[in-house]
Amino acid sequence: MDAIGEGLLEALRLIGGGDGQLYGIAGRSLLVSGSATALAMLVGVPLGYLLGRARFPARTLILAAVGTGMGMPPVVAGLVIWLLLVRSGPFGGFELIYTKQAMIIAQFLIAVPLVVAFTAASIQALPARLPDLLATLGAGRLRTLWLLAREARLGLLAAVMAGFGAVVSEVGASMAVGGNLAGDTRVLTTAIVTETSRADTERAIAYGLVLLAMAFAIVAVLTIVQQRGGR
Amino acid sequence: MPFARWLLPLAAIGALALAAACGGDDDPGGLILATTTSTYDSGLLDELVPRFEARTGIRVKVIAVGTGAALRMAGEGNADAVLVHAPEAEAPYVERGDLVSGRLVMTNDFVIVGPPGDPASAASAPDLPAALAAIAAGGRFVSRGDDSGTHAKELALWAAAGIDPASLSREETGQGMGATLNVASERRAYTLTDRATYLALRGVLDLAVLVEGDARLRNVYHAYVVNPDRHEGIAAAQAEAFVAFLLEPETQALIGRFRAGEFGQSLFTPAAAATAGGG
Repeated sequence: MDAIGEGLLEALRLIGGGDGQLYGIAGRSLLVSGSATALAMLVGVPLGYLLGRARFPARTLILAAVGTGMGMPPVVAGLVIWLLLVRSGPFGGFELIYTKQAMIIAQFLIAVPLVVAFTAASIQALPARLPDLLATLGAGRLRTLWLLAREARLGLLAAVMAGFGAVVSEVGASMAVGGNLAGDTRVLTTAIVTETSRADTERAIAYGLVLLAMAFAIVAVLTIVQQRGGR
Repeated sequence: MPFARWLLPLAAIGALALAAACGGDDDPGGLILATTTSTYDSGLLDELVPRFEARTGIRVKVIAVGTGAALRMAGEGNADAVLVHAPEAEAPYVERGDLVSGRLVMTNDFVIVGPPGDPASAASAPDLPAALAAIAAGGRFVSRGDDSGTHAKELALWAAAGIDPASLSREETGQGMGATLNVASERRAYTLTDRATYLALRGVLDLAVLVEGDARLRNVYHAYVVNPDRHEGIAAAQAEAFVAFLLEPETQALIGRFRAGEFGQSLFTPAAAATAGGG
């Protein structure tokens, strides 16, 4: 009990006291996970749209594979990316291992299945004849897509939140491919692991609080956008 | 409508962030140091590495893993230098020529810690094998089980005492020393630990040092450079510079002083200085 209370108090002091280390690590979490989520949206939304709209033989199989990907433990994604990027691996020449870029790639891999699945589901939930209807009403191809996205925004913003929430909170992949380098690739989750193993509970709790606050702020903004103008 | 207005900036921010992240990281003058969790969790490398970086401009990427994993990284050319503490495990890599320029950097010792009440009476045993036998007979033991230097040492000690680890009430955590000490503390069990990590975490543990001082509990740390003739892309010059830095009298003195004031005893004994007759 005492340890928890003191930890919380010290954590608040660190947060309020403008601890440079803490803000640096939090900013890095935001940069890495934000980039990974944005890239996952760029790739995942079109893929999800295709899977939600088009009808082709392997579609169900692919949807099942995407669903499986949603449940993939981040540490497995980390291991795969590690094996690919490490010096002795096929892409070792790019010297990306233990960099932020490697972390973004691994987190991208974790977020994409979530984005694809959420997008496909939200597109599929729209009336099947909506595109034809919009075309009949004189909407061009791009405008049709845009109107569809607008109709599906509940699901699409849920995709952003799910993707970001998954990558900002994962630790296994970031640890494996980032290496948890102080001041370079240490993010909130890997910092929590380090401080825990060094028995600096106050700092670990502080990082945990910042992580939660950050996730809440972002999800809150997205939820406001999502709910505005909804019926 | 809101949605489209938000998606584009979001993607733009992401692309910019990636570009920014890609910009600052190209550092040809860097090296990857694979090392043990004990040197890292004690904070020693946090003290040494910035000095080396400030002086040489060479960036050091410290990857803290078990000694087994560190050696494997070196054996596959995935690290440039290693700082490890399992001489028996290091030997095959040295023989094969994966590791060169091996130097003794520092020593400390392993201790057996356990519940302060010592239910197995390990502390009163006449020697180390007897203490181990006492724990085997009357106590619970928590093992690292992670192919680390400490894990290797533990297995060697059981073997030397003629005790089959499988016959014990023994659990493996598969985690680092700090986590394993916590498990031992919570479960009122015995464990083998390097003294540095134990001292660093002593305040939060309900564990006491029960067996210490035996010559077989010596813990030696060697630094090596990964052989650039056997593996592609090794930053050998940088790695050599780092090993040389570890052996400098000034660095060695720093190792000896590291957190000594805090604990009333040094966590590591500089070994290069000792062989050179002090300093």
